[in-house]
Amino acid sequence: MTDLTQAQVRERIEQNLAGRHRKEKLFRGLGIASIAFGVFAVLLLFTDIISKGSGAFVQTAVQLEVTYDPAVLGIEEVNEESLTWANFTGVIRQSLRERFPGVSGRSEKRELYSLVSTGAPFTLRDRLQANPALLGQTEKVWFAADDDVDTFLKSLDDSAEGFRGRTSDEMAAWVQTLWDSGELKKRFNTTFFTNGDSREPEQAGIRAALVGSLLTLLVTLALSFPIGVAAAIYLEEYAPKNRWTDLIEVNINNLAAVPSIVFGLLGLAIFINFFELPRSAPLVGGLVLTLMTLPTIIISSRAALKSVPPSIREAAMGMGASRMQVVLHHVLPLAMPGMLTGAIIGMAQALGETAPLLMIGMVAFIVDVPAGITDPATVLPVQIFLWADSPERAFVERTSAAIMVLLSFLIVMNTSAVLLRKKLERRW
Amino acid sequence: MNTMTLDATGYSEPANPQTVEKKTVDSQTKVGETVGAPFCDNAKLKMRNVNVFYSETQAIHDVSLDIGRNEVVAMIGPSGCGKSTFLRCLNRMNDTIDGCRVEGDFTLDGDPIYGPKVDVVPLRARVGMVFQKPNPFPKSIYENVAYGPKIHGIASRRAELDEIVENSLRRAGLWNEVKDRLDKPGTGLSGGQQQRLCIARAIAVSPEVILMDEPCSALDPIATARIEELIDELRENYTIAIVTHSMQQAARVSQRTAYFHLGHLVEVNDTETVFTNPQHELTEAYITGRFG
Repeated sequence: MTDLTQAQVRERIEQNLAGRHRKEKLFRGLGIASIAFGVFAVLLLFTDIISKGSGAFVQTAVQLEVTYDPAVLGIEEVNEESLTWANFTGVIRQSLRERFPGVSGRSEKRELYSLVSTGAPFTLRDRLQANPALLGQTEKVWFAADDDVDTFLKSLDDSAEGFRGRTSDEMAAWVQTLWDSGELKKRFNTTFFTNGDSREPEQAGIRAALVGSLLTLLVTLALSFPIGVAAAIYLEEYAPKNRWTDLIEVNINNLAAVPSIVFGLLGLAIFINFFELPRSAPLVGGLVLTLMTLPTIIISSRAALKSVPPSIREAAMGMGASRMQVVLHHVLPLAMPGMLTGAIIGMAQALGETAPLLMIGMVAFIVDVPAGITDPATVLPVQIFLWADSPERAFVERTSAAIMVLLSFLIVMNTSAVLLRKKLERRW
Repeated sequence: MNTMTLDATGYSEPANPQTVEKKTVDSQTKVGETVGAPFCDNAKLKMRNVNVFYSETQAIHDVSLDIGRNEVVAMIGPSGCGKSTFLRCLNRMNDTIDGCRVEGDFTLDGDPIYGPKVDVVPLRARVGMVFQKPNPFPKSIYENVAYGPKIHGIASRRAELDEIVENSLRRAGLWNEVKDRLDKPGTGLSGGQQQRLCIARAIAVSPEVILMDEPCSALDPIATARIEELIDELRENYTIAIVTHSMQQAARVSQRTAYFHLGHLVEVNDTETVFTNPQHELTEAYITGRFG
């Protein structure tokens, strides 16, 4: 190689410089582009879900003037039984007929009756049970409208014609009349948060699924966190480093990669068939999800333990602390933020898990809000799956609304993970 | 000061080939018996025929040494010579290292240090340790010092504990600097203060022996001088074994000095003798800076 003068060297560097800068820019640009793509995808997802789902938080209600006529209700003597089994449907139908006196003929009447939700008689029953003195009197009551009315009314916002797929001309006219006279209104959909699942969209809510999810997660957390942390501490602090522990480590990593449906089958075979635990119960769901989240928690807990500087361990050991004291007094407090973050991420995963729960029967149609971990229950993602499968248009927005609830839970959990770590993090 | 690289046989590349040629020693054969006076009459710690292995490698070869009561013994030698390993045997800190095997007889005032019936917890309360890097717990200054007394159940009342904490900090020469901020984290102190805090923490359980593993290597000269003064004061009440890379430090703080070379104890003598009239050529080569 010939000797280069300093000037030549500098010239060559100059020549290279432009290319280097170009590559630098390209590299930065690539990073920005990937982030932009990610943000775009998230925004798209959120706009889609929110635009579809926000409608579900509003529900159409119909005002009817009802007369608690004992003759129609069939109440001869006021007691609990007669109030429970009275003919409230008759009262509502009567009031509908009085509101639209021109309606005649069987099919037309049936059409008219379908203005209000089939759950309306229960609203009336609750009112009368709460106040039996209403018997014989007349009052104006708001009832939930049928989901077809709801869908039709909401679709009028988008086009003048509206969605007429399940709405006849007569129905459209009635809705218009009621709307113009103020007997139809859109109100906040409390039912969505207070009810369990239902075949009728206007009566369907996520309460049961939400409580089911919470109970399931509670079981999962109560089992997987202590077991995971204990396993991590043993492997990290006590276990000798030999072939056996290597084997265990490999298997824990393998377990993390096992498809979740397999855990569902395992749960079905072991917890339900062998131990005969109840089907569809948050207890079994929690057990299955524990198996699923354990590897996540063990791996993140071990990483957290590894990141505790060995000098702290030596210091404590040098003071004559026993192994347990070293772990409990020094290592665990320092590793806790990392462990909690791992646990919350594991929980967030478990919250969104559907497949294994299908296998253990949590896909059942559950109307009642579960009261305990052995009651039949369903969970949010399964509820979403069930609603997404339902044909009624009103379920489309409820599906999206349920997704919104699920996502907000996930966001809250992940945010709390970050905040918790920030708060607990100690410097050394 | 000795930054020359070690070759496989353990001594540095010759600065002046001629002089070194005369001094060339095969460490394995010529180290031989420890020269000087490894034993003393008033021994606190007695170590006999110590061998330490890391898996297959032997780190310490047949070392015998006494550490006398209320005496500071300095252990010097080039990097990797086994002086830290030897020191850590004295309170069984090597137990935690996988694959480390310790052979030989260790006694502390006649009590065995190793053995199936020996519990390391009370042993480590008797033999405290100060590490190379200051490693206070990420807790308050008070908690740092109170930790030992707490876990060993030394203080039964809060007032007693307060007294122990104050006395320990006073003896470590830290009290006046921290008495107003005992509840502040120990990690917020300066390096030298942290190391004195670690010394206070070690003496809070009233150990009989304090092991110091290069306690000043991470400190500036002023902080180092403080610690050295402190070591001299502590000698009244404790037996101290200190590993150091600084020969000046060994000369300043110790009464006896042990020179280690490649896992062998080459020479033990009064510090003055070692530095003015070394009996072994390896010792001489090291203290005159020909390798290390």
